[in-house]
Amino acid sequence: MEGLEGTLAELRDTFKSGRTRSVAWRKSQLRGMIEFVQENEERIFQALDQDVGKHPVEAYRDEVGVVAKSAKLSLSCVEKWMAPRKGDLPLVFFPASAQVMPEPFGVVLIMGSWNFPISLTLDPLIAAISAGNAVVLKPSELSPTCSSFLAENIPKYLDPKSIKVIEGGIDVCEQLLQQKWDKIFFTGSQRVGRIVMTAAAQHLTPVTLELGGKSPAIMDSSSNPTNMKVIAKRIVGAKWGSCSGQACIAIDYLLVEERFASDLIDLLAKTIKQFYGENPRESKSYCKIVNKNNFKRLLDLLKDPLVEASVAYGGSVDEEKMYIEPTILLNPPLDSQIMTEEIFGPLLPIITLDDIYESIDFISSRPKPLAIYAFTRDEKFKKQILSRTSSGSVTFNDTLLQFLCDSLPFGGVGQSGFGRYHGKYSFDTFSHEKAILQRGFFPELEPRYPPWNSFKLHFIKLAYAFNYIGLILLLLGLKK
Amino acid sequence: MRSLCVEPFQNFSVVDTGARRTLTYCSPWKTNHKHEAVLSPPPSRPIRKSLCVCLSSSSKLPVMMEEKKKTFDASEAALLVKELNESFRTGKTKSYEWRVSQLKSIEKMVVEREKDICEALYKDLSKPELEAFVSEIAMVKSSCKEALKELKHWMKPEKAKTSMETYPSSAEIVSEPLGAVLVISTWNYPFSLSVKPVIGAITAGNATVLKPSEIAPATSSLLSKLFEEYLDRSAVRVVEGDVPQTTALLEQKWDKIFYTGSPRVGRIIMTAAAKHLTPVVLELGGKCPAVIDSDVDLQVTARRIVAGKWQANNGQACISVDYIITTKDFAPKLIDALRKGIEECFGTDPMESKDISRIVSSNHFSRLQSLMDEYKVYNKIVVGGQRNQKELKIAPTIFLDVPGDSQLMQEEIFGPLLPIITVENVKDSIDLINSKPKPLAAYLFTNNDKLKNYFVQSVSSGGMAINDTVLHVTVSSLPFGGVGESGMGSYHGKFSFDAFSHKKAVLYRSFSGDSSVRYPPYTPEKQKLIKAVMNGGIFNIILALMGWSRD
Repeated sequence: MEGLEGTLAELRDTFKSGRTRSVAWRKSQLRGMIEFVQENEERIFQALDQDVGKHPVEAYRDEVGVVAKSAKLSLSCVEKWMAPRKGDLPLVFFPASAQVMPEPFGVVLIMGSWNFPISLTLDPLIAAISAGNAVVLKPSELSPTCSSFLAENIPKYLDPKSIKVIEGGIDVCEQLLQQKWDKIFFTGSQRVGRIVMTAAAQHLTPVTLELGGKSPAIMDSSSNPTNMKVIAKRIVGAKWGSCSGQACIAIDYLLVEERFASDLIDLLAKTIKQFYGENPRESKSYCKIVNKNNFKRLLDLLKDPLVEASVAYGGSVDEEKMYIEPTILLNPPLDSQIMTEEIFGPLLPIITLDDIYESIDFISSRPKPLAIYAFTRDEKFKKQILSRTSSGSVTFNDTLLQFLCDSLPFGGVGQSGFGRYHGKYSFDTFSHEKAILQRGFFPELEPRYPPWNSFKLHFIKLAYAFNYIGLILLLLGLKK
Repeated sequence: MRSLCVEPFQNFSVVDTGARRTLTYCSPWKTNHKHEAVLSPPPSRPIRKSLCVCLSSSSKLPVMMEEKKKTFDASEAALLVKELNESFRTGKTKSYEWRVSQLKSIEKMVVEREKDICEALYKDLSKPELEAFVSEIAMVKSSCKEALKELKHWMKPEKAKTSMETYPSSAEIVSEPLGAVLVISTWNYPFSLSVKPVIGAITAGNATVLKPSEIAPATSSLLSKLFEEYLDRSAVRVVEGDVPQTTALLEQKWDKIFYTGSPRVGRIIMTAAAKHLTPVVLELGGKCPAVIDSDVDLQVTARRIVAGKWQANNGQACISVDYIITTKDFAPKLIDALRKGIEECFGTDPMESKDISRIVSSNHFSRLQSLMDEYKVYNKIVVGGQRNQKELKIAPTIFLDVPGDSQLMQEEIFGPLLPIITVENVKDSIDLINSKPKPLAAYLFTNNDKLKNYFVQSVSSGGMAINDTVLHVTVSSLPFGGVGESGMGSYHGKFSFDAFSHKKAVLYRSFSGDSSVRYPPYTPEKQKLIKAVMNGGIFNIILALMGWSRD
C-alpha cells in the first residue's frame, strides 16, 4: 500500500512538472511503443499462446497489429489533435476569441482484460500517452504470462517516471481503486464495471467502461441467397475465430428465419470443418478457454437439460486441454442462462423467428449490446435496424471489422458501457476540453452593469437576439 | 403510513376541482397495486395537480408541500420510468417533428410566461428582473433558437472514412437518443439550469424527467405547472420534491443522469448511477479564482469583477468569482476600484439596492455568516460586511489577506463574500491555484501576452475567460463543464445534443472483397499478408501476395 502511494506521488510529481505534456515526450513514447511491439513480436506471440492458446496469425491480427497500427496513427496525428480548436463568436463579443483546448487529465488508471491481454491494455495506453497523461497500467491477472511480460518489458521502452505497470489480483485492484485518479479506463465485465464506477464516484473520477453484452447477428437469408458461403465464413470467423468467442464483440447468438435454420447449421458446420479440420481440438488455429472458472461457467451453461437437448452441432469438451468444441445450439429456452447472460465462449445459440423483421423487437427488448451484425440486402430492413435498435455499433454484412476502423468510435451504450475510443476518439477520451474566451478591455458595454433601467433591458434583449441594427438605433436614441 | 395516505385526500377534497381529479386518477393505481395500496402513500400526480390549484391562493403552502412530499416513493418512481420508457419505445420522441414541436413549445412558454417566471425568481431569490432576463430567460430562449436552427444538421449521420483493412466499405456515425433520462437541477439559476439541460435531452430525442430544486420552491412549482401545460406529458415530466423523492428517482434505472449542484451530492448521484451503469454528467462548482495583474485597465477590470461576482446572483453561481489573487502593491488600488464599482452598481447602501439578489435560504445565510465570523477572517473585512438576517441580505463584502486555512479559502463560498489574496509576483498565483482542486472557471486580467499563454497552459479548469468574467458560458460554440472536482461532461449548443446522444458506429460492407487471409486455418503466408495490410503499405501487400515479403 505504501509502495503504491509512493508510486502515485511520483507520477503526480512527474505530471506536475509538465514532462508528459510536451509533443516531444508524447511522440517519443509512441515511438517506444512501436519499437516495443516490433522487437518483441515473437515473445508476445509466445505469451499469448501460453495464456489463451492464440495462434500467431490471430495474435498479429487482433493484438500486435492493432497496437502497432494505433501507435503509428497517433504518432502521425498527435500534433494535429493537440491543436486548440477555434470557436465561433457572436459579434456582440467583439473584440474577442474563443478556443477549445484539449488538456491531459493528469494521472490515469487503465485496467486491461485477459481476452486480448496485449491490445486491450496497450491501445488505451497509447490513447493516454497521446493525450499527455501519466499512467498506471494494470494488466489482467487472468492472463499471467502477458501481465508479467508487460510489467517486465514496458519500463524498458517507455518512460518509467511517467508510466508504471502494476501487477496483481483483486486485492491490488481494490487498493488501486481506493486512490484518487483523474480518469479510469476499464475493459471487462459489467459486474466489475459497477465496482469500478462506484469507487470512482468517491473521487468524482470520470470513467470509461468498455463492457460486453449479448451481441446478436441477424441473418436475413431470403435477401442473400447467393452469398451464403461468405456469410458463413464471416459468422464462424466472428464466433470462433477471435479468441474462441471470448471477445466482447464476438457474435453471442444468431437470429434466423425458421425455414433457413437447418441449411444454415449445415453450412456453418461445413465452414467450421474447413477452418479447424475434422478435429478442432488438434487445431493450432483455435484458442483454449482462459481458465478453470470460465471453463466451468461455460459447462454450467450447457448443463440445463433443455439447453443440452438443443445442441445441434459439437458439444464435446476436454478439460485437460481447456477445450470446448465449436458448438451450435438450436432454440435453447429464452429464459435459460445461455440466453440471459453474455456467453463469452465458443457456444452459439441460434434462435429461429417466423419473420426476420421480428428480430428488431427481439433485440430491442433486451439490454443494449456492444455490437449488432446484420446480413441483409434489404435497405428498408437496414434502416429499421438502425433506427429501432440501440447498440454500440452496427455492422452490415460483415463482422468484427468495425473494431479496425479508426474513424469509427468504439464503445458501448447502456449495459455495454459508456465512453469510446480508437483513432481521434482515443485522444478525446483522455483529454479535458478546456473552453477559453479571451477578451480585450475595450470597448466596454455599459448596459451590462447595474443599476438596471429599461434602456439596459432593451439593449440586452436586442443583443441576445443579435439584432445589431436595432442596437444601433437604440444607441442613437432612434428606437424606443 | 395509512393516515398519511388519507390525510392529503381529505385536505384536498376541500379544494373544489382537486377532489374530482384525485378520484379519477386514483382508480387505475388501486387496481394495479392492490397490495401496496395499504402500505404505500397514494400517487403524487393527482395531488400535485390539485396543489397547483390551491397554491396560488393558499397561505398554507409549507404544510401542503410537506404532505405532497410523502407521496412520491420508489414504486411511484418505477411506474413513471416505465411509462416514459414505453413512450420512448413507441419511437415518437425520436422523430424530428416531435423534437421541434417540444422546442417550439418551450420557446412559446418562455415568451408567454416571462412574467410568471420573473415573479417566481423574485420570490425565490429576489432576482432583479434584468438579471433574470439575461441569465435565465434569454439563455433558454437562445438555446431553443439555436437548437431549432441546427437540429436537422445535428441529427444527420456523420460520414466516416474507412481504411484499407475494411475495404470495400462505407461508414457513418449515427446519433441516437439514450432513452429515459433524469435531469436534477439546482436553485441558483432555477429556471435556466433546469430548462437548458431539458432542451439538450429533447433535442437528442430522449424521454425526460426534470427534478427541480426544492430550495427554489416557487420556480419548482411553476416549472411543474408550465411543463404540464406546454409539453408532451407522455415524454417530459417534472417531479418535485427533496431528498426522499430524489432518492426514489435515483433508485431507478436511467439511461443518463444530468446533475447540477455540489460535489458532495455529485458523489451520491454517481454512486447511485454506478448500480445501473448509467453515464452521468456532473455540473459542479469549485473555487473559481480571478488573477489580476497590475497592468490592467482598472475601471473595466473592477466592473467585470463586480459583474462576475455580485451581479451573478449575488455570488451564488457556480462560475462566479470565488477569490481574487493580485500583487501586494496593487491590492489597495484594486480595492478602491472595486468599492467604486460596487457603489456605481448598487448605490451607497447596497442593502437597499433592488439590483442585487438575496441569499436563497436561512441555511445558506447562516453558512455564509459563519464564514464571515470565523476568528481568522472577521477583522479582514475592507469593504461591506453588513447583513440582515430577516431579509436574508448580505452586502458585497471584500476581505484582504485571509489565511489559506480559513474556511473562506477552503470551501466554495457561493455568496457575496470575496477574499483577496496577495502574492509577491503575479506568477505565484498559478501555484496557488494548482494547489487547490480544479475549478469550474478561472479568470485572468492582464495585458501581458506571455502571462496569458502561461496561464492558459498551466491552469486546469473547466473553462476560462481572459480579461472578463462569466461571459464564456454564453458562447454556445464553447463546451460548458468541469474537470476534476468541478465535474465531468459538458453541454451548451451542440455539446448539449452530444451529451444526451449515443454515437453509434455503423459500418456497411458488401460481400465482395472477402479475403481468406482473415480466416483459419492460419498459415505463415496469411501472417505476412495481414501484417502488410495492417501496416498499410500497398507495396508490401503486393510483395506479400506474391510471396516475396522479407519477413
